[in-house]
Amino acid sequence: MAEHTGMVEKRGAGLWLTHLGLIIGVAFIFFPIWLAFVASTVSQPEIVRPPMPLLPGDQFFENYSKALTAGINAPVALMLGNSLFMALGIAIGKIAISLLSAFAIVYFKFPGKKLFFWLIFLTLMLPVEVRIVPTYEVIANFGMLNSYQGLILPLIASATATFLFRQFFMTVPDELAEAARVDGAGPMRFFFDILLPMSRTNIAALFVILFIYGWNQYLWPLLITTDPSMNTIVMGIKQMFPSGDDIADWPVIMATSILAMVPPVIVVVGMQKLFIRGLVESEK
Amino acid sequence: MEKRVTFKGIWLPLLLVLPQILITAIFFFYPAGQAIWQSLFIPDPFGLSMQWVGLGNFEYLLSDRFYRASFITTAVFSILVTVVSMGVALYLAILADRLIKGSGTYRTLLIWPYAVAPAVAGVLWLFMFNTRVGVVTWYLGLLGYDWNHVLNEGEAMGLVVVASAWGRISYNFLFFLAGLQAIPRSVIEAAAIDGAHFWTRFRTIVWPLLSPTTFFLLVVNIIYAFFETFGVIHTITSGGPQQATTILVYKVYSDGFVGQDLGSSAAQSVILLVIVSLLTVIQFKYIERRVHY
Repeated sequence: MAEHTGMVEKRGAGLWLTHLGLIIGVAFIFFPIWLAFVASTVSQPEIVRPPMPLLPGDQFFENYSKALTAGINAPVALMLGNSLFMALGIAIGKIAISLLSAFAIVYFKFPGKKLFFWLIFLTLMLPVEVRIVPTYEVIANFGMLNSYQGLILPLIASATATFLFRQFFMTVPDELAEAARVDGAGPMRFFFDILLPMSRTNIAALFVILFIYGWNQYLWPLLITTDPSMNTIVMGIKQMFPSGDDIADWPVIMATSILAMVPPVIVVVGMQKLFIRGLVESEK
Repeated sequence: MEKRVTFKGIWLPLLLVLPQILITAIFFFYPAGQAIWQSLFIPDPFGLSMQWVGLGNFEYLLSDRFYRASFITTAVFSILVTVVSMGVALYLAILADRLIKGSGTYRTLLIWPYAVAPAVAGVLWLFMFNTRVGVVTWYLGLLGYDWNHVLNEGEAMGLVVVASAWGRISYNFLFFLAGLQAIPRSVIEAAAIDGAHFWTRFRTIVWPLLSPTTFFLLVVNIIYAFFETFGVIHTITSGGPQQATTILVYKVYSDGFVGQDLGSSAAQSVILLVIVSLLTVIQFKYIERRVHY
């Protein structure tokens, strides 16, 4: 028997081959990130005379401080702030409105409930990209170009989070609401004291997913932030390339790319369990 | 499905759904309706009035050489992105699944690209393959290969496919690994005892049991390739050379915002709307079936 178990879980040479295969995969995945990091620590002449070095140089501090304080069109510190504000606004805004509407749909009977239900669910999975021109016009008519409201509001108009919370509320035992009613607690009391604390993990998992979603937006900020001081970092990188034949300021651009991925990487890696849970649940 | 226990009141629940209804109406239904409405008109050259053309914009699009080319480009692009990223992810997931210890470490490393925005991924790959300073370009040159995705259509397509697939590996890896770990060890061990080798076990047991995951990922990845790769295309090729990488979403953008052809852009939005609805229906149908199992 003992010799057979080795056929499923590899030992010895097979084990090393498995590790080798995975290490090659990880190296392939990390090479572009590594190269960007190296480029952000060397000087421009070292890059424009290829091949560039493959190990970090000594210009780390110069490049990053130049990017953060001056940037090319706008200081990157400012763009980081805009991205953070947008990502938080999208994540918190979407979770808040979804919790409320899911609570109403699950725990109340009211006229038009079916209609509201379907109106909200029609929006599932229709990305902003397919209605960009008219959405842009709406934002322009409201005077929301180059504003945080303009960046955030259109991206929270989708029902994925509502759907998730509805599914979760359906699994909450009826006895809890019954008990609350017997004790004379009103619906909002039940919502804040019982339902919200029970949803904590779901909220956190969803927060991770939505934060990344908001942070990584590109097309929408590209359209509505014409003022460089409102640019988000992800869309601002492309704006740093010169339009003509001039050579791009690669060290500063690559430092900005690294800065653009640090916050979402911290969120994904640091909250890995919640992230995976959120990913699996939001797609179910 | 309904809750047995509900609260009383009409105004409170209406107030609770109001924020979502308002935002959805203003930023979703109104623009979607506008897209459908505008797709039936063409604006005059001065932008002063709109002329009703019925389905004219659609007829024009379907006979337009560039639009049809963009359809084919999108199909080729989506299939390549899906196959490449799912293939690499499945390979890595199978390896990680064979480990008893240490698969967590690899998982932590492999989820990084998920956090990297498509537009940033585009800049990273552009940097490696840049015609002037790119490291890979330089080493390819040593080997006698003259890489130039700015002029060569095939190389441009290859680069946007790899950059898009790269960003998607994490996602597929996580789902494949979860799918593999859900397969009972006892089934695989029983086959191993019967003398089935790795490849036989994979073909007869693992692959069929993994098929719900694979099908789900297929649909999700196609949707990703259709819509979320805009950042990659815009940063690397801007749709070129000769529109060789102009996928449908990119064309909506370039016709609508750069070309200011609102009627055509709206009609293209409507066509995209139909495509994504179809994909969503397929996905829901599949989920329903899985629930019945």
